[in-house]
Amino acid sequence: MNIAIASGKGGTGKTFVSTNLFKTFQSLGHSALLVDCDVECPNSLLFFDLKKLSDTIVKEYRPIIDTNKCVYCGLCYEYCEYNAIFYVPELKQIKLLDNLCHGCKACTVACKHGAIENSSTEIGQVSFFVDSEKHIFLEGRLKEGKIASIPIIKSTIKEALSLSSDFVLIDSSPGTSCPFIQTAVRSDYIVLVTEPTPFGLSDLKQAVETLDSINKNYGVIINRSGIGNIEVYDYLEKNKIPIIAEIPFSKEIARYYSEGKLAVSYLSEIKELFEEISNKIIKNGNSIS
Amino acid sequence: MEIAFLSGKGGTGKSSICSAFISLAKNVIAVDCDVDAANLYLIFPPENTIETSYISGKNAIIHQDKCIECGLCKELCQFDAINIIEGKFEIDPVSCDGCALCFRQCPSEAIEMIDSDNSKLFFGDFRNGSIIYGRLSPGEENSGKFINVVRTLAKEKSKELGIENIIIDGPPGIGCPFMSTITGVDKVIIVTEPSMSGLFDLKRTIDVAKSIMQEIYVIINKYDLNLEVTNQIKEYCLEMNIKIVACLPFDKEIVDAMINSKTIIEYNYDSDISKRIKEAYQIVFKS
Repeated sequence: MNIAIASGKGGTGKTFVSTNLFKTFQSLGHSALLVDCDVECPNSLLFFDLKKLSDTIVKEYRPIIDTNKCVYCGLCYEYCEYNAIFYVPELKQIKLLDNLCHGCKACTVACKHGAIENSSTEIGQVSFFVDSEKHIFLEGRLKEGKIASIPIIKSTIKEALSLSSDFVLIDSSPGTSCPFIQTAVRSDYIVLVTEPTPFGLSDLKQAVETLDSINKNYGVIINRSGIGNIEVYDYLEKNKIPIIAEIPFSKEIARYYSEGKLAVSYLSEIKELFEEISNKIIKNGNSIS
Repeated sequence: MEIAFLSGKGGTGKSSICSAFISLAKNVIAVDCDVDAANLYLIFPPENTIETSYISGKNAIIHQDKCIECGLCKELCQFDAINIIEGKFEIDPVSCDGCALCFRQCPSEAIEMIDSDNSKLFFGDFRNGSIIYGRLSPGEENSGKFINVVRTLAKEKSKELGIENIIIDGPPGIGCPFMSTITGVDKVIIVTEPSMSGLFDLKRTIDVAKSIMQEIYVIINKYDLNLEVTNQIKEYCLEMNIKIVACLPFDKEIVDAMINSKTIIEYNYDSDISKRIKEAYQIVFKS
């Protein structure tokens, strides 16, 4: 079962839930894999003592324009839907604007003069790690200065699914747009982590709207309960969205998190809570599929 | 002057601190560039709102009656968006990037490009000036392009209304939306928090920001949650020659202010946090 841990709003506790949940799945004897798909800011693996096994480089297609062969017909410019080709025929100027290029290859197909060569650029990597008990961890990471998160998320999940594991826990990117949907669409069950504040609720609603539009099953964890207000509870009840659990706000939990430590390893009440969460997620996920 | 609030890591308090700056600026264009999770409008509900639609991209669809099943589209597609389902070629809208290559090359003209979404752009007045925010259709792509549209409108309004300062609440992360937000702004304030994740993300954010611009400031929010990591952040910023303009303590009043649809400045003008934010504001705007 693939389980994505997601949220509209950033900083609600996705990574906190993913890492502690992973530890709990292990201690309950399940075969589980932790995958960090928050490729712009991957943090999950900071919580474990790991050795890197290998990196797989993720590349994206790039055209190389040969100005000696170019006849300045402008067809590549016309084909490019991303305005990534800078083209001024009067001045015989043509060049690729790398940061706008999506690597779709349309320009290359368009060129009838053999003036565009195939090439590629490195946009990030998928890394494999292992802990002392031989558990595998995966992390997708966008190269600094690059913008294309999606191909890295896709590659990371593809690598994860090629490994045999009963449960794949995916820490996803914040937001409700492309990176979020890429993770959600490849998951069997989604855990939305929110906090009971107006910002949290507003972003949760948007995430729910997205998941409903692709017909996915999900439940909500309310993190830092006790702060904020009760509006989120009213919303969830009204829309019949299941609450998986509430995690109380505590400075102690925040402190462990800030130190890169797992709360389930130190606080018995949190350990029990996460055992409950694990069982509920497995039950919810199975009842659907 | 155009100032953007950013943070690699989400939930560090960007929007809360950004809204406090907006309170202090008094007459300002407030812009929410976190287009897939906009929050600023909750603190500054706009009046006389003008809503416009924005088509951020296109998706390809295959008309089965015209498809001759030659497979060229599948061969050309760089996004693995074309699947064969029960013997028929189908386009997965989630994977389709809208490049239109299949549409242009299809020998039987079986492919059509359709507008893929209907994102919304809002502009209105609020108690400190004008506010602009976007709302990307759920699950849509192209948020970077949409952010450019939001920012262009902000600049037009700034000229038209004679309001000099633009304050932007940015998206989390360091990818496409981040780049669209940071490119061309005068100053950037990165809001971080003292955790291992916060520090790791701060380093990545500064690395990328530094390659684009000069004037970068840092605010450490909830600094007292972990003084050790706060010191590590301070050391790192010193090394990178980046000024820390405020260290804000953890305070539940920030959430209380949010629940009351107020900024911390409006909620408790004389509080310790408000005082520290005012000092930061002076440094950023006067330097």
